[in-house]
Amino acid sequence: MELTQAQKEILEGKKGETLAKVMKTLVMYGEAFDAAKMVEVTSDYNHLVTSFGLGVMDPVYELMDTLLSQNVVSKQKFTVDPRPLDPNVPSNFLQNIVFKHFMYNKQDFYEKQLQKLGLLEKDAFTCTCYMSEVGNTPKYGEVLSWSESSAVVYANSVLGARCNRNSGIIDIMGSIVGYVPYFGLLTDEGRKADWIIRIETSRKPEAQLLGSAIGMKVMEEVPYVIGLDKWIGNELNEEACTYLKDFGAATASNGAVGLYHIDGLTPEAKKFGRSLIKENAKEFIITDEVLQKTYDEYPIVWKDKEAKPKLCFMGCPHMSLQQLKDWTDTIEGKLKENGNGQVLIPTVFTASPAVIREFKKTSYWPRLEKTGIVLSYICPLMYMNNPLCARMRVITSSNKLRTYTTSRYYTDPEISDLLCKGGH
Amino acid sequence: MRQFKGRIVTPGTCTSEAVVTRQGFNTLASLQKALQFGDKSAKVNDQNNPDLYGKPIAGKALCLPQTIGSTTGGLVLYCAAQMKRNPSCMLFSNRIDSLACAGAVLASVWSDTSMPVIDELGDDFLNYVKDGMKITIKEGGIVEVE
Repeated sequence: MELTQAQKEILEGKKGETLAKVMKTLVMYGEAFDAAKMVEVTSDYNHLVTSFGLGVMDPVYELMDTLLSQNVVSKQKFTVDPRPLDPNVPSNFLQNIVFKHFMYNKQDFYEKQLQKLGLLEKDAFTCTCYMSEVGNTPKYGEVLSWSESSAVVYANSVLGARCNRNSGIIDIMGSIVGYVPYFGLLTDEGRKADWIIRIETSRKPEAQLLGSAIGMKVMEEVPYVIGLDKWIGNELNEEACTYLKDFGAATASNGAVGLYHIDGLTPEAKKFGRSLIKENAKEFIITDEVLQKTYDEYPIVWKDKEAKPKLCFMGCPHMSLQQLKDWTDTIEGKLKENGNGQVLIPTVFTASPAVIREFKKTSYWPRLEKTGIVLSYICPLMYMNNPLCARMRVITSSNKLRTYTTSRYYTDPEISDLLCKGGH
Repeated sequence: MRQFKGRIVTPGTCTSEAVVTRQGFNTLASLQKALQFGDKSAKVNDQNNPDLYGKPIAGKALCLPQTIGSTTGGLVLYCAAQMKRNPSCMLFSNRIDSLACAGAVLASVWSDTSMPVIDELGDDFLNYVKDGMKITIKEGGIVEVE
């Protein structure tokens, strides 16, 4: 890899041994992908995946301490994934003890570390940092050192920023030296599509199922989707962005997609059109049958498949302000229709602290509260990622949550029926 | 005995017993329980991976196509290395993915643990290698399987 004089000096230790090790890490990481150079990180803020003070991650906290003790800290402020705990979320006595005193016993310590390392503000914990209420929204063409797969795929695809699917720790190291290795999704060639996906469904595809089907097919390659603008329009308005948030998270969790293009909608597809498609690109046609098959093949890992759900989680990734408003209307209407006052299954809607703050200013908040639904900033994935919750019968319309936990997937209309009407 | 040649991601030599997955290795799902509950043998806890579920991988030669799952993957591998619960080496049939690469590099630069990583060994390697076979990593990215 060819380095500039300034980068060489860092690598040679002229700015300290610890900073040299950080640079060495990034150079080795880049060389594995034949990166020819390092390029400057140009976004205002970073976003990190490691939000949890998990006792088991001691080596990570020790590494952070090493960085702090040498004053090797991030040049950028950053947001970070959601907190793993929220006292508002239903949990039993045993879970409370295990969560607070055993699993996440390092949470307070780690949050203090994050503040010293450059946390944007004390509540900057969300996976949807790119939402306007949060304010970490990169501009077109900016180079990022982010992690969190759902945020990376959104930033690349919907905002046109440039970021690889980085791991935790690598994310902050890019911010510390101010450079990232130039390979993959940072390059023009790496952003070209390996796949043409044609949407030939008779109705608007469920975002989660569509993302899941495409992710499983293309894995880490780049898809160019033709025919979706017919269903979600040619404008990146709030409704389309919310759809793409959930679609992208599903492509990134069932596959490892870091970038997709939507013909006639996403910025690079609008700018460059079908010249983004590589010669000899493979093709995959999405029909109603393909989506139904995707749904039917989701494994249900509950012991008793007929048992009543214990909890419903909505918002993985975190919900947008519009989603919270739309769901309030839906739930309120369906409860009334079925003669019920409150939801029949304990339910948690999750959103970023910033979106929750805005939502609570609206007239929707008392209406949602009345339905019995809990509003939380928690990470449902972190809540469930332990042996106690693994046995809980949780339902969700998030493909990401379904993929990583024992939760069971239902479509949005099915979820609203289960919450308001009951049955199974 | 067969010999395969791959690309060195992190250097080193070792001899150990193969444990093989033919599907993607979900690093967080596989190792979280072992790291959390002090299992020094690092038994894999990913219920979605029938090739590895319940098998110990600490000190073994982990043969795989690529890793999958959360972007915490790299730091989980790094933690495993720091806690001496890592595979002795990782042998990828495909080109390494960015998350596994991060873990390998972090372990190499920031820990005392040696965990050689070789990628691009090819589908033929993954078709040939079986659990329990003896793996020897030699200089120059050469992997002997017997």
